Amino acid sequence: MEILVCARRVPDTSENEISLNSTGNDIERDELVYSVNEPDNYAVEEALQIVARVGGKVTVVTVGGEDDEEILRREMAMGATHGVLISDPAFAGSDGRGIATILKGFVAKGNYDLILTGVQAEDGAAQVGGMLAAMLDYPFASLVNSIEILDGKKLKISREIEGGNREISEIDLPCVLSIQTGINEPRYVGMRGIRAVASVPIATPDAAELAVDPGSVGKVGAKVTRVNYFMPALGKGAEMLSGSREENIDKVLELMAAKGGLK
Amino acid sequence: MARIFAYIGHRNGIVDDSAMELFAAARKIDPAASPTALVTGWGASLDTICDALRTTFPEVWKIASENFAYPNAEMIRKALMKVLPAGSIVLVPHDHFGIDLAPGLSIKLNTAFVSDILDVTERSGTALTVVRQEFGGQVSSHVRCDLSSEAVITVRPGAFKPSSSAPLAGVVVDKSSEVGPLAAGRRYLQTVVAEAGDVDITKHNVLVSIGRGIQEKDNVGIAQELADVLGAAVSCSRPVVDAKWLEKSRQVGSSGKTVKPKVYLACGISGAFQHLAGIKGNPFIIAINKNPKAPIFQVADIGIVDDILEFLPEMTNKIREMQSVSAK
Amino acid sequence: MQGPQEVSQVISLFESARALLIAMHLAGLGCFAYIVWRRLVPLMRGERDCRFDRPWTRLTRVAQFWFGQWKHPRYPTAGILHILIFTGFILLVVRSFSTLLVGLSSNILSPGFSGTTGHFYDVATDYAATVVFLCMLVAMVRRLVFKPARYAVPPRYGKAHTADAIFLLALIALLMAADSLFVAAAQASGAHESLAFFSLPWAFQLVLDSTSRVTAANLCFGAYVLHALAFYFLLCYRPFGIQFHVETSLFNVYFAKLDRGAVKPVRWGVDEKQLEQVKRFGVKAFEDFTWKHMLDFYSCADCGRCSDNCPGNTVGRPISPRFISIKARDYAFQNYPIFGKMGNGKPVVGSLYSEDEVWSCTTCGACEEECPLLIENIDKIVDLRRGLIDDGNVPQSLQKPLKALESRGNPYGKMEKKRGEWASPKDFQQTCRVRTLDKNGAATLYFVDSVTSYDDRMQSIARATARILDSVGENFGILGAGEKDSGHEVRRFGEETLFMALRDHNVEAIKKSGVKRVVTADPHAFNALKHDYKDVPPVEHISQVIARDIKAGMLKFRPIDQSDNTYTYHDPCYLGRHNQVYDDPRDVLDAIPGLKRVEMQRSRDRSFCCGGGGLMLFYEPKEEQRMGVKRVQMAADAGANVIVTACPFCMANIEDAIKVAGLEGKMTAIDLAELVDQQMVRPAPQPAATTLGG
Repeated sequence: MEILVCARRVPDTSENEISLNSTGNDIERDELVYSVNEPDNYAVEEALQIVARVGGKVTVVTVGGEDDEEILRREMAMGATHGVLISDPAFAGSDGRGIATILKGFVAKGNYDLILTGVQAEDGAAQVGGMLAAMLDYPFASLVNSIEILDGKKLKISREIEGGNREISEIDLPCVLSIQTGINEPRYVGMRGIRAVASVPIATPDAAELAVDPGSVGKVGAKVTRVNYFMPALGKGAEMLSGSREENIDKVLELMAAKGGLK
Repeated sequence: MARIFAYIGHRNGIVDDSAMELFAAARKIDPAASPTALVTGWGASLDTICDALRTTFPEVWKIASENFAYPNAEMIRKALMKVLPAGSIVLVPHDHFGIDLAPGLSIKLNTAFVSDILDVTERSGTALTVVRQEFGGQVSSHVRCDLSSEAVITVRPGAFKPSSSAPLAGVVVDKSSEVGPLAAGRRYLQTVVAEAGDVDITKHNVLVSIGRGIQEKDNVGIAQELADVLGAAVSCSRPVVDAKWLEKSRQVGSSGKTVKPKVYLACGISGAFQHLAGIKGNPFIIAINKNPKAPIFQVADIGIVDDILEFLPEMTNKIREMQSVSAK
Repeated sequence: MQGPQEVSQVISLFESARALLIAMHLAGLGCFAYIVWRRLVPLMRGERDCRFDRPWTRLTRVAQFWFGQWKHPRYPTAGILHILIFTGFILLVVRSFSTLLVGLSSNILSPGFSGTTGHFYDVATDYAATVVFLCMLVAMVRRLVFKPARYAVPPRYGKAHTADAIFLLALIALLMAADSLFVAAAQASGAHESLAFFSLPWAFQLVLDSTSRVTAANLCFGAYVLHALAFYFLLCYRPFGIQFHVETSLFNVYFAKLDRGAVKPVRWGVDEKQLEQVKRFGVKAFEDFTWKHMLDFYSCADCGRCSDNCPGNTVGRPISPRFISIKARDYAFQNYPIFGKMGNGKPVVGSLYSEDEVWSCTTCGACEEECPLLIENIDKIVDLRRGLIDDGNVPQSLQKPLKALESRGNPYGKMEKKRGEWASPKDFQQTCRVRTLDKNGAATLYFVDSVTSYDDRMQSIARATARILDSVGENFGILGAGEKDSGHEVRRFGEETLFMALRDHNVEAIKKSGVKRVVTADPHAFNALKHDYKDVPPVEHISQVIARDIKAGMLKFRPIDQSDNTYTYHDPCYLGRHNQVYDDPRDVLDAIPGLKRVEMQRSRDRSFCCGGGGLMLFYEPKEEQRMGVKRVQMAADAGANVIVTACPFCMANIEDAIKVAGLEGKMTAIDLAELVDQQMVRPAPQPAATTLGG
């Protein structure tokens, strides 16, 4: 089975404190640690486990620049056969739809049975997988937390829905799935493994090679753009409530309702 | 201005809370809008839903098909493509269904797409400015969406306050016949309900988290009762797991799970670094602890010095009271 | 007394059977040689191991540990028994060979020794045989009646070894009996001189007193054959079980590891720079073990002392050092049989050892400290972990901190710039200014390491240590954000590449700082800097510094406030056992006036591990109880209500354990540096004028 995983390099939320930079137009990126988007890593592990069962190859692709190569190397150290860095100055500033368009151009040149993405990246948009599927006219399922190969033509998948329940469906190949964290236990990739793949060639197709319409990607084609970042209101130390127990409970419930914690 | 549609979810004949929120969001996008509800389903429960929605939405489009007995986003997207007029803005709740449906829908309708919005701050010409969060809620952003080719927008549940206005007498329009035969590459088989022990605390928005202050296994039920009335889950810090009062899957912390809830009730938790390291996304933290010097009060938003063994049951009773009042 | 006729009777018996006896000897020895050769085959396929250096040191250790049975008295009953048996065997070795030669020569008088030496030798060996015989009886009774707990075999490891043990003990007893009977019968048939009083041969001889010379001669011959049969049977049987240690122990002790606290390289003989070419790291198949490790497996005497002292084993973790050896030995026997095909390895982890087993070890070293055969376990665990890491097979709970170590240089994932912030609080800065070193900044480096730098509770240890160094006038500084985790546990958890990266970073930073020595309050960092790092200045633990300063009169203490507290010192594994710093911390405590101190039963080199440090804090073991809880109970049993320790990981584990054990309010823990900081009489406060950078 030929599996393509779309991955992205993001600031690692668990090891970073996100703050605004001095001019306020972006987050402070100087001391950020970057790594592969966690759900994408789960997707690669899942793909590797699938090909271990049924044979095939895993290709990991990302859209970006030089800096993004490191996540491809990491996933190749994990076991992916090919890493592909789609890079072109014309792609800078693409919105989600633009990224999906670029990926579609790449997919069209290959022959993939299964395409995986992570559920969402650091921007929480959760969009590229669904968009890519629609562009390719492939069936799609999001929040996938288990995959079973039924035969060469279809899969049995489980989606994570509310309350910890699982929605079981059958889906035809080729298809696109967005993978939720916790679907498996990704294997460890150490420094040694990454060094071992340090000189494996990585394909770097550009816009021309993918026959992508430049008007539909990049800043030019973006319909959705971020204007700025700002900080949500923070508190410093708890506001201690000093009323009677009943008063405190009322206040707590009022605040919880405001924060969306009360139905 | 483009016509605004709101896709409404429902279950067992009950309309999702998102319906009112989507209405409010639609009004914020265009105060003059007359949003239309889109409902898919099958059978008598669908009619009940449409009836209920008529009081809020001036127009309710009913799309009935046996294929929609269970909401299969792949099927529903195809139906919507047939039914929606060109130049529509479609609002969808940002939940497990919306994530499934909306991105592909925006491609098929050839519109812009922006997801998980928390607020609408500006509308000028074809530019709509919304508020989103990134990095697990650590930072917010303003995002501009070009509406010249309309948009599909998913809305964060709970972000828009439903406005109270006089009930309407809307109309239900049956669009079922416009759908035609449907086939999709994905077919629903069944739903597997989570076992009681299968609670995944990482997926809950509200957590009632207990620490050593719960004192003994028998008291864990106090927290569970509160969690039940809140629709929340019980999580805990490491000592509770060590004492074997709860399973390991309930533990929040650097050697437990990382949670990103909206509201975190830290009950009888001291606030050790290892525990706090498992709480991300800057939730609203309410800490209740007998010890006024507990470190948790440094990081909580609200602090109450009290005995959780007394506080929690009273809180549970109060919520039950409130709920029975609102159900009337 | 010896008539020519009587002597010739015995001799003629032997002469007529000469061919048979020679055949028996050749068969026995040949069989043994073949068996030993087959046993050596896996060793020849094993990895290299550098054990041929420092021969004099090795010989000294043979004298101490093998010949001197140094470790045996740690378990007094078994220890004395074994010393007696061992001494007996040593004495009897020559007699055995000489007895065998009897069959080949016509002189059945003790060939070789004559005169007074011969006489003393005979007496000695008579008693030796007797003592060994009696020890066998005692040993059998111990096994069958008293059943020491450490001999028991937990069900998951198979059936009890009692039957085999009794069989062997009985055989040795038989050997002694046969030998004694031979000597007695030889005497009774007139061919021998006098026997030692009250020895076994002497007892036999009493019985034989009334027999005829002919019968005695036959008995002599019969006993000889029985002895030879028993001897050869034992000789050839020993390599099939734990008794192989009789032959291998000398070699095992000679080739034993000399460098405490150090970890073996990934491959002996492969320089770090060439490691990229090594295809596989660690032990994945049995043949990946070094020959010395395989020899360890053969040498295990199944005494159970290691597992008896293993803290992991005690709290129900799936680890038992004894069975690391026994299981591997059985694997070797099965896959490299005496007859038949020699199989090639299955992956060791999964079939021989479970993953939990491999990750459960805290590398405390209690097993190695106890083993009378100097069997090494830590290096094997590290090698097994290297194999798992190489395959990406790492528990999720460890992946997070490992990733954080790679990207941030600390397992918590906190930002580098915050590493030195423990020194920032205003009230602390007023008492002590801590400099961050850049180029050639100071004489001494205080290496803080990750837990002490970032953990809110442990930061007070850093402040206390800094204040101590400051008050004795030490010219010191810290690396601050330039310091990365020492990598001590990273290495011991098998991530050698990441360890080397951390180490190289730190070594460069230390060199750049120009310091002449390094001080740390973290025994894991101490061990790493001392044994894992090369080309760094000499390193000391803060307890050693304080002890020396006390002796030099540079530190004075106020009397302890609450004089009804009873203190006990918990030896951290990496300060005590691995580096043998036992007295300095105790001297420090004893220098505080009014401090009442008691010793726990398990102290010094028998200290009970708190639960482990570094990455072990993140691992989620399967256990019935926490090690720290057991330790806290030991402190309570010793009558203490304050535990003093000198390691931040011990502090974390013990403070946690106090709460879990429900002893909050009844037991407290304090770090040695904190206690010293609290009690020391400070010199008059100086204005913080001489600072650089600050």
